[in-house]
Amino acid sequence: MGAKMVDFNGWEMPVEYPASIGCGIVNEHMAVRTGVGMFDVSHMGDIRLAGPQALAAVQHISMNDASRLALGQAQYSALLYPQGTFVDDVIIHRLSEDEYLLVINAGTREKDFNWVRDNTRQFDCLVQNLSDDYTQIAIQGPRGVHVLQKLTDADLSAVKFYWVTRGTVCGLKNILIARTGYTAEDGFEIYIPSDEDTSARVWNEILSAGEEFGAVPCGLGARNTLRLEGKLPLYGHEISDTINVWAAGLDRFCKMEKPEFVGRAALEKSKAEGLKRTLVGLEMTGRGIARDGYRVLDDNRHEIGYVTSGSPAPFLKKNIALAYVPPNFAPVGTVVNVEVRGQGVEARVVPTPFYKRPKKAA
Amino acid sequence: MSYPTDRKYTKEHEWIQVSGNSATVGITDHAQESLGDIVFVELPKVGAELAAGKTFGTVESVKAVSDLFAPASGTVTEINGDLATSPEKMNKDAHGSWMMKITLKNPSELDALLSASDYEKFVAEEGG
Repeated sequence: MGAKMVDFNGWEMPVEYPASIGCGIVNEHMAVRTGVGMFDVSHMGDIRLAGPQALAAVQHISMNDASRLALGQAQYSALLYPQGTFVDDVIIHRLSEDEYLLVINAGTREKDFNWVRDNTRQFDCLVQNLSDDYTQIAIQGPRGVHVLQKLTDADLSAVKFYWVTRGTVCGLKNILIARTGYTAEDGFEIYIPSDEDTSARVWNEILSAGEEFGAVPCGLGARNTLRLEGKLPLYGHEISDTINVWAAGLDRFCKMEKPEFVGRAALEKSKAEGLKRTLVGLEMTGRGIARDGYRVLDDNRHEIGYVTSGSPAPFLKKNIALAYVPPNFAPVGTVVNVEVRGQGVEARVVPTPFYKRPKKAA
Repeated sequence: MSYPTDRKYTKEHEWIQVSGNSATVGITDHAQESLGDIVFVELPKVGAELAAGKTFGTVESVKAVSDLFAPASGTVTEINGDLATSPEKMNKDAHGSWMMKITLKNPSELDALLSASDYEKFVAEEGG
């Protein structure tokens, strides 16, 4: 499609599709917020755990409480090192009684799989790396449901956010359809066989079906700005093997009432010690754009933290950033400076997420 | 894209159009196309001294930050203030959206720059 490609963790991925077909990051971003956009996210990894002790294994390696998952339900969670920092964040889907699917990040696929396999050996449970078996396509935006409904016999109106179903999609039987995404918008992710012909056919059929709804193909650029507006963490930026759960502000997905999981003891200790740094949302009030890695300064130009992700926000039409700062700089309204090419540019701590989708169901 | 033949081009994707002792500078269509949605431009002040090949400003799109390199040495005489409020004009018409005007210090520097057809070849070879 003439997209600008970039190497992303060994995957050749589109950054954005060309302006000549109505794309570009801003148009792609706006399509997802107001209509529908689709992403090839096959780079995401998939790990299947199945067997009598699959739940016990999932509970041991993840911080959320998977015992709360009904059949067909999904949850956001994370895999942690013993020190309470991140191996990766994941979406855990309960596919059947004793079967779970973990969807993980591209850059951490091998590391994640090895880590899951090594940490679940004591359980009666099969661990499979299915990453190469699936092409994952995300159909995102308020009109996504209408596009996908044209192509499947599954009743999508019955699928709530963070639930999954199975159905025939583009003539392919028993396809996993999840109402999930990484755009802070309503949407679906489907998992189809990864052979090239099938993948290309399904991609094109969705694009055609979406034409009447203004569907556009979207690249990694819009994926990043969409997730940033919604404050969804990105591995290597907001979360990493040196950042723990409390600093990242992911407390509500970490169930300390669970008696045991990898990382729990360290998190308990860390909680008692208090936060050294915390993730905040910044809005640039001065003229300048914060970018990943830029330093955050106080009024005396002392370095107090750093930007994990920063960009113009196409829907909000502001320059926004996520940054780690000490807790005394975290209250909403606090004024800090972001160092842009040697100059301090004023920014203000604002409530997050920056963007929340309207409550009304599509 | 055909590049106007009334100006010269740099390998860093700026154009310069000379008129007597003064010149007008902007970025090429290839530059705007590679950058994508342009949202910010930082230009020097009137009176600033530029050195050929050195940075004179910055242009930012949603996804990227890019330095601007002076095609020739000289003194800035005028800035296109319009671009500060409407940077997207560079996406719509890069060759019509001038950034600044300068008085040339050494017009012979222009001889080292690319012609329209050489620039077009350069862009094609770069894989653009």
